[in-house]
Amino acid sequence: MDLEEAKEFKERCTQCAAVSWGLTDEGKYYCTSCHNVTERSKEVINTGAIPNTKIQAINRGLKRKRKLERGWDWYVCEGFQHILYQQAEALKTLGVGPELKNEVLHNFWKRYLQKSKQAYCKNPVCRRKVTVLEDNQSHSDWDSEPELLSDFSCPSFVESGTEPQPDGLAQKPFPISKASQSETASICSGSLDGVEYSLRKEKGIVKMTVPRTLAFCYLSLLWQRETVTLSELLRFVEEGHIPYINAFQHFPEEMKLYGRDKGIFAIESWPTYEDIYKKMIEIAKFLDLPRFPDITEDCYLHPNILCMKYLMEVNLPDEMNDLTCQVVKMTGVGEVDFLTFDPIANMAKTVKYDVQAVAVIVVVLKLLFLLDDNLEWSLSNTAEKYNENNKEDKPWFDFRKWYQVMKKSIDEKKQEWEEARAKYLWKSEKPLYHSSIDRAVAFKRREMVVDLQKQFSTLVDSTPTVGRKKPSSFQFNWAEGDAARTCFHGHSLQGILKNKGQSLTTKNSLYWLSTQKFCRSYCKHVTTYEESNFSLSYQFIINLFAFLLRIKTSFLHEEVSLIEKRLFKTKYSKTKKKSSRSRKGRKY
Amino acid sequence: MSDFSEELIRSKTEDDQEESCVLSGTGMYFPWLQKHIDTVETGGKKEKDFAQTTSACLNRIQEALLKHQWPQAAGYMHSYFQILEDSDSHKRQAAPEIIWKLGSEILFYHPKSNMETFNTFADRMKNMGVMNYLKISLQHALYLLHHGMLEDANRNLSRAETWRYGEKSSSQEVLINLIQAYKGLLQYYTWSKKKMELSNLDEDDYAYNTASQTMLNHSWKTSVNLGALIQTPGVWDPFVKSYVEMLEFYGDQDGAREVLTNYAYDEKFPSNPNAHVYLYNFLKREKAPREKLISVLKILYQIVPSHKLMLEFHRLLKKSEKKDHHKLGLEVLFGVLDFAGCTKNITAWKYLAKYLRQTLMGNHLAWVQEEWNSRKTWWPSFHFSSFWAKSDWKEDIALACEKALVAGILLGKGCRYFRYICKQDHQVLRKKIRRIRKSVKKHSIVNPGL
Repeated sequence: MDLEEAKEFKERCTQCAAVSWGLTDEGKYYCTSCHNVTERSKEVINTGAIPNTKIQAINRGLKRKRKLERGWDWYVCEGFQHILYQQAEALKTLGVGPELKNEVLHNFWKRYLQKSKQAYCKNPVCRRKVTVLEDNQSHSDWDSEPELLSDFSCPSFVESGTEPQPDGLAQKPFPISKASQSETASICSGSLDGVEYSLRKEKGIVKMTVPRTLAFCYLSLLWQRETVTLSELLRFVEEGHIPYINAFQHFPEEMKLYGRDKGIFAIESWPTYEDIYKKMIEIAKFLDLPRFPDITEDCYLHPNILCMKYLMEVNLPDEMNDLTCQVVKMTGVGEVDFLTFDPIANMAKTVKYDVQAVAVIVVVLKLLFLLDDNLEWSLSNTAEKYNENNKEDKPWFDFRKWYQVMKKSIDEKKQEWEEARAKYLWKSEKPLYHSSIDRAVAFKRREMVVDLQKQFSTLVDSTPTVGRKKPSSFQFNWAEGDAARTCFHGHSLQGILKNKGQSLTTKNSLYWLSTQKFCRSYCKHVTTYEESNFSLSYQFIINLFAFLLRIKTSFLHEEVSLIEKRLFKTKYSKTKKKSSRSRKGRKY
Repeated sequence: MSDFSEELIRSKTEDDQEESCVLSGTGMYFPWLQKHIDTVETGGKKEKDFAQTTSACLNRIQEALLKHQWPQAAGYMHSYFQILEDSDSHKRQAAPEIIWKLGSEILFYHPKSNMETFNTFADRMKNMGVMNYLKISLQHALYLLHHGMLEDANRNLSRAETWRYGEKSSSQEVLINLIQAYKGLLQYYTWSKKKMELSNLDEDDYAYNTASQTMLNHSWKTSVNLGALIQTPGVWDPFVKSYVEMLEFYGDQDGAREVLTNYAYDEKFPSNPNAHVYLYNFLKREKAPREKLISVLKILYQIVPSHKLMLEFHRLLKKSEKKDHHKLGLEVLFGVLDFAGCTKNITAWKYLAKYLRQTLMGNHLAWVQEEWNSRKTWWPSFHFSSFWAKSDWKEDIALACEKALVAGILLGKGCRYFRYICKQDHQVLRKKIRRIRKSVKKHSIVNPGL
């Protein structure tokens, strides 16, 4: 056959001058009499015949692959469900109530499947019925029979196996007959609908992505009014307490991933606050969720409580809590209606609870110390002098000392964090590949990397890297007595406050606004945070908090401006008339 | 304001710098790595955190290497390997070379590393991507050489030599040549050891014959190996030298001359002073005519006017019969002394003093003036300042005397250097100084009428 194909090549052999050519496996000509191989290959000479042979080759290759990679038949949404399941389990281990998994997240997910017409509806997408599949791995944990494609739909979210909702709409899943399943439909993905899923673009439907799993988690946390803020959730993800990157690794062995699944499930970026926040609102709207349970004063997410938490976190005096409460009250950001998330409301938006609380603290710090690189230091001098002379009394809060302690701690933490980021290993143990051709290469590459890593791991510093941190909502730990970690919680604000009649006011009567003007339209750039325009103390504080929440500094600055806008409403309307007046007196 | 607020300011500016560094891509500048980083395009898409991790990791490895923190570097390297799985094919393809360079550096210095780890690493890296095999093989061999493992190095080079990969191998011809040449160099080494042994043996000895036979054998292989490389344009000093030595040993003078002439004169080769030095030395050994030697050194003079052979060149020119060679002889001396590294070369000064007198006596004032005109603005302060007078006198009286004579001739007896030396009352040298005074009076180009 090869000789047949080589007939068109009529040149003489450079070695033996014979004209008798055969084709090598690579499509090159070789002389059948002297076995000299030419550089000329078949493609160049005869393009007409090539496409066919190529297609044949691909077909052959794929058939082989299908045999190799035949796992369970599974749908993309099941993959996401598995990730959600893992995340919910992880949250449960973190101490979140079991209802979150069994009821809230489960219901949200079901609602999602229904809204996106993937299940629990009359005409599911692709006609093929997609239902919640049994999760083999999770069940084996509870010593139940692992059963693929069980006869009754049993959502894996519910451990007990009781059906939480009459699944009247949900049809029973049937084993997909391999014959009816055309080979081409799943040619390039391990999941049944991977190819089609990645192509699917339906207006009005929010497509599931891995980052959106976190939005689902946060929505359920918010619904349950759990003591986890979004920034904390993302930090837990970052610290590896909640499965996210390479979550597909923990899929059951038989759920094969490749081809298009890679684009769907492989993640190579950390989730960002803003992104997940947006996605959360988007999903809540898509799911058409009712108003969430009220955030009242005794909720963790209420600014008063969060402020307290962050004051403790950044080692500021407890006494400041009175001031933060006052600011919260004056600005009205503690109102139930303001705080409660209502997706159906006209302008669905939710409060960034953690960012807002931190912004309130920044405003209070500005009220107390002005943060103009001047007043805070002179107040520190006074406090230092007082503390030296009155060693017995409750010490006055010394901003400079606090700065020293915080600067050191935050720098260390930041360094640690940067190091961890630089060393983070992104790639999963299961390599993902695009097609069968890639498969061997991907596995070989993985093997190579593992091998090299093994070799170098013996050369790494002998001091073991700090083991996995225990999950905690606090990142710092302040202790009385330790000079480097001095605790300022008990320090008093005397010297900064003064009595005025019955109430206390700040000695400092000046204030400067972080933002002079706001756009009147709803355009997003309320403020642009140009660092160099601000005092160094302010920069330090903004950086400190932004790092704690792992958000961009400009994002926090914007929130500070919004709080100030509420606090100085009247002044803002005045400044609109008298255009530039940054410093202004203010009574408290 | 207090110290601490200043600290805040200070630390801030430091942070700023750090930030700008981060923005520019790396904290440090490694041209060869930077190129790799810069050529990799993100394709307009938002850079993934994976890419951030790997680039941060790379920076940290470089920093650790710079600070000789080998274990830290190894720690980051451990994570950097994942770039081999980067979905960006540009980065993935550039990675093996970077990994090899950094990794071999770490393994070279790391206290816990040994030959075995290095060899395993090298063997692994060689087979990663087609294009790296030869380069890494060669560097691996050099590493082995460094550790005195000649045989292993040789084995490595032999393996690399026979490596072929379809069309790719033709593009790496130079590398193959280089590998062969290194192999040749190793053979040369054995050969020259054998030669040493041979010189200790008696010619009638039975062993002599076998030894010379093996030597011959080696030389033949070596010339094959070296021959190909030195045909390709480049700087191949050690190879050329050993090749020529062997050719000469076996009496192939014509072959040696051809190689050296080609190496020195072929325009495709980069300009290389050593090529001319080798040729000159060879011709000198051959007792070539003076004219020929001068023509070789003339080119060397154009490339490196301060070369130590220039004094020899001067002697040759002086001996020549041609007038323009005499003139060039003066030029060469002035040229040598233009260089800061030669200011204390007593021979050069001695030659100049002598030759100046000779030239002036030969009524070639114009030659001297021609040379002097371009130098009179800066030589006085460069050579003849009172500082130099003092320090030369202190360090090397003979040098000071020669310089004083030159200074006197060129600048007249009023010049500071000359006056200072003459003022020194030295018993032994009194006579000499008197002689200097006399010849200055006679030859000084300043106010020649007096």
